[in-house]
Amino acid sequence: MKTLTPRYSPAGDEFLFVELDEEMSLDAFFMGLSITSRLREMALPGVVEICPANASFQVCFDPDQLPLETLTGILERLHREVAAEEAPTLETRIIDIPVLYNDPWTHEVLMRFRERHQTPDTTDLEYAARINGFDSIDAFIRAHAGAPWFVSMIGFVAGLPFMYQMIARERQIQVPKYLRPRTDTPKQTVGYGGCFTAVYSVRGAGGYQMFGITPAPIYDPERKFSHIDDSMVFFRPGDIVMFRSIDRDTYDQLDAQAQAGEFSIVTTPFTFELEAFMADHDAYNATIQQRIMEALDAH
Amino acid sequence: MHIEILKPGLATTVQDLGRQGNYHLGIPPSGGMDLASVKTANWLVGNDEDAAVLECSLMGPTLRFATGCLVAACGADMAPLVDGQPRAINTAFCVPEGSELSFGFVRDGARLYLAVAGGIDVPHQLGSRSTYTLGRLGGVEGRPLKAEDRLPLAQPQRNVPEGRTLPHNDCRFFGKSHELRVVTGLYEHRVMPESIEQFYSETWSVASEADRIGYRLKGGSALTFKEREPPFGAGSDPSNIVDACYPVGSIQVPSGSEPIILHRDAVSGGGYATIATVISADMNRVGQMQPHHQVHFTRVSMEEALQARREEQKRLERLKCLLIG
Repeated sequence: MKTLTPRYSPAGDEFLFVELDEEMSLDAFFMGLSITSRLREMALPGVVEICPANASFQVCFDPDQLPLETLTGILERLHREVAAEEAPTLETRIIDIPVLYNDPWTHEVLMRFRERHQTPDTTDLEYAARINGFDSIDAFIRAHAGAPWFVSMIGFVAGLPFMYQMIARERQIQVPKYLRPRTDTPKQTVGYGGCFTAVYSVRGAGGYQMFGITPAPIYDPERKFSHIDDSMVFFRPGDIVMFRSIDRDTYDQLDAQAQAGEFSIVTTPFTFELEAFMADHDAYNATIQQRIMEALDAH
Repeated sequence: MHIEILKPGLATTVQDLGRQGNYHLGIPPSGGMDLASVKTANWLVGNDEDAAVLECSLMGPTLRFATGCLVAACGADMAPLVDGQPRAINTAFCVPEGSELSFGFVRDGARLYLAVAGGIDVPHQLGSRSTYTLGRLGGVEGRPLKAEDRLPLAQPQRNVPEGRTLPHNDCRFFGKSHELRVVTGLYEHRVMPESIEQFYSETWSVASEADRIGYRLKGGSALTFKEREPPFGAGSDPSNIVDACYPVGSIQVPSGSEPIILHRDAVSGGGYATIATVISADMNRVGQMQPHHQVHFTRVSMEEALQARREEQKRLERLKCLLIG
């Protein structure tokens, strides 16, 4: 793994913020996930919230029970332990997320907010495809749906996953956010900003470019869906996601199932091995794709 | 036993002390923005401090009580009126069966907390009754109250008399000018040092976008960030970072221009540099700031932040002993 020097910054008297790297990388993400998982297992009195993020994490603590110096010392030790590990693995799952790209609902919203966009004359997909050097929207969609993504952070609002594509940096899609954020984004929009794709868990404001919509519910405050547990939130940091491009008929069918509370996201358990992945991204990703296809066929 | 909402007021929600342990899923703590007032109002009517209360912002609701109840209002000064007759804030009083409780104009502060003996008995969600509007969670259907809502009440926990009041020194007056103490850090190093000095020397004004998610401030100079090559994944604006967690109370400055203090319904993360965090002892005061109020930030050490925390804890401990033993 790349050598990372964590930067510890207290935030007020109840939070400790830890930046692992200024830039996004799989190494920083893995380091943060490993340290926070270990801290969670310790179940320390006085630890209130443990929040892994893309290349950083934060802990909310009760200084009356756990002094800042003690917490910092524990995190430094966990960092040394994780850094010394040879070949990290992660027990996780692969998740199938069907997407209707270029859908009518995000299209209606993006047309309403055209004056806040970099290129008012083209759609978000056309813009993203062009600035990333793809010669068609279809080629762009194939790239977005063609390789898996790590859920690197949950947040902004309840249950919203940020995802980072598991491919070499030079192939990663990068797109700026809207010039000024929209006041509306349809629920379950698949969006893009920086090097991250996201699925908007609820309807609301947003600044990410909009590429499509998934019929899969991912946040469930009314407790309607069996695939979402008591936390009401479907995704977890470390989940691996494959997007699957679907047509309008399939979308309508899945959406009807979702409305009736009968939709279930297809997942399959998976042990991720960083070393094997680093040796050959494409071969490893083909395995991931194969595994989720098998799970879909069995479904 | 219930209360009926006749008029909802500007933004009235059910709140308690909030929920913990879900921030990593994007679900913020929520709970009253002035937790000290939630606690004192509860103690005045004989409730445990974590009973659910109504948080009433700037313009209070009109309520009809189907049952006679002991109530108390703490926090912002909006004169309570029982069938039009004024009652004191910071004092427990009875609302007789069938009577209406309404509120006068706000004279001080921004949020009044109305505790009712027994507490408001909406279901717990993720361990709390607090309303989180963005996530449609808690309270009444996860939203602010509206006319014709009915709020169920729980059985009173202790029998306490009416007329009990907070000691004079604990009846808080918030005023229109606020000194907020902060601990610096986070991404402050991304900003030019002279620009940081300017930030702390200026008087800021609360903007109209001030709600449970965050308080936007305006009227000061834009921050100047240091020149840099944007890190991979951060975005091109100098105020951008690789999306990270936002501590509750942290101050971010999108595009360098208007600072935002995140509060108890915070967005849990995002891509803007944060530069400091309001200390826990001053977060209640933030919840009592109105648009156009003046704000000045003061840097304090961690030791001073912890000292302020202990003093506020001692004050509340003393009130708790006094009111519910």
